[in-house]
Amino acid sequence: MADDSFDAIVVGAGPAGCACAYTLAKEGKSVLLLERGNSAGAKNVSGGRLYTYALEMLEPGMYLRAPLQRKIVREQIMMLGEKSAMTIDYCDFGFGEGVPQSYSVVRASLDEWFASECEAKGAMLASGQLVDGLVEEGGKIVGIKCGEDEMRANVVVAADGVNSLLGQKAGLFSDAKGHAVGVGVKETIELPDELISRRFALKDDEGTARVAIGCTEGISGGAFLYTNKGSISLGIVFNPEQAGKQQRHIQDIFQDFKMHPAILALIEGGTSVEFGGHLVPEMGYHGIPKNLYREGMLVVGDAAQFGINTGMIIRGMDLAIVSGLAAARAILKAKDTAETGPLYMKQLEELRLLPNMKAYENFHGIFEISRIFKEYPALANQMMRFLFTVNGQVPPPMLKKMLQIVKSNVTFRQMASDGWKAYWSI
Amino acid sequence: MSIKLLSPEELLALNRFDVDEGNPHILVDKTICAHCTARPCLAVCPARCYRLKNGEVSFEYAGCLECGTCRVMCTDGGVTSWNYPRASFGVTFRCS
Repeated sequence: MADDSFDAIVVGAGPAGCACAYTLAKEGKSVLLLERGNSAGAKNVSGGRLYTYALEMLEPGMYLRAPLQRKIVREQIMMLGEKSAMTIDYCDFGFGEGVPQSYSVVRASLDEWFASECEAKGAMLASGQLVDGLVEEGGKIVGIKCGEDEMRANVVVAADGVNSLLGQKAGLFSDAKGHAVGVGVKETIELPDELISRRFALKDDEGTARVAIGCTEGISGGAFLYTNKGSISLGIVFNPEQAGKQQRHIQDIFQDFKMHPAILALIEGGTSVEFGGHLVPEMGYHGIPKNLYREGMLVVGDAAQFGINTGMIIRGMDLAIVSGLAAARAILKAKDTAETGPLYMKQLEELRLLPNMKAYENFHGIFEISRIFKEYPALANQMMRFLFTVNGQVPPPMLKKMLQIVKSNVTFRQMASDGWKAYWSI
Repeated sequence: MSIKLLSPEELLALNRFDVDEGNPHILVDKTICAHCTARPCLAVCPARCYRLKNGEVSFEYAGCLECGTCRVMCTDGGVTSWNYPRASFGVTFRCS
């Protein structure tokens, strides 16, 4: 091996790339970790929750060093009506005990910390480096290009995110399609920490994660809200194909959601400090490209379209970390570069990433039930309104009124077909 | 400042951008866009970089959030080239 060659070059210092670089560096491998942002996290946006088991898998106790925000003990599902909202609040303080199940995170700090951990283990971190090409020799990937510079390694790990131009350049897969992704918009709103705790009935280190439907004007998609330390992450993820056929811009739909009285009450008095946009892999197991490696290259994290969305559970960063670990283990085990790819796929099985995704493989079918995003939330809100209305008038018979509310939103045939679809999806 | 409805300009003004002047990282061929009837870019670009001006699709890369939505959604080929901005240029997220 030439002196100027690395054991591995990892492209992208997000959770997937860092998990890989960290593990390799810890085992004494020479690792170059490249990041196009001026610092790790500078180009990254995510809703904001990390399931802790992934960091524990990487190294027990590591999460204690991480700049995590609040441990999530409140899981909420919200259905919005025009001037109303119905919220299911499930609080489970067991989620906060021992190693807390999940934390809200802010990527600018999380990724920067993660990359610095890699450096501490001996990886070479180079930020502000845009990788714009691959070096191929004899059908193998042997390095990367950064403008005029060429750098070589036994293996290149593409952790370059959902758009993975590197994976495309390597001929592993073609560009993502509109139906396979969601487009997310997000506003970060600063708010005094104790006010957040009060408004969400939390202790100082506890947090809330909320998903909401009925706020996308019928477009397949939903909103999210995460409480951080001193800020709230608020956003909506839309199906871009459906959104692209609407007249209204997704920004406007999002701003209306933000100003909905039930949301505004939570963020009032805050200060908007950032606006982000990002793509999210939405097809789950069926969205994973057939080829995640070729000789000299592995694809991890969002680049491999790893993601799980059940409507309630939204996972990406944990899968990214696990896939980075899987790649590192494969690289450590492989006796030659031809072995690395198959070993990586085996590790994805052994570390339970692929079985996890397979368990939810048809869940994306739920999001094809269009009435979930408009009619059903409206129906729920109208029913609640009726149940809680007292105005001195003689109320209509309850069952009759309930049926009338149902019929004004959906037909029984539609409900049966939606129920059937939901049944087969889960 | 209190929470209010923010205009597209106000939203982008929250962010830090280092614009690579005269060196767009995304190239759009307006003659192709002229024949496109769907124009999903007008509704789905989170940064509203694509706008309708006098019936024409106009594109401004300065406020791009580098998400890739336009590349994925452009079916008629108006987005002729899509890359990330050169190193050290583009958006910098500080608290997302």
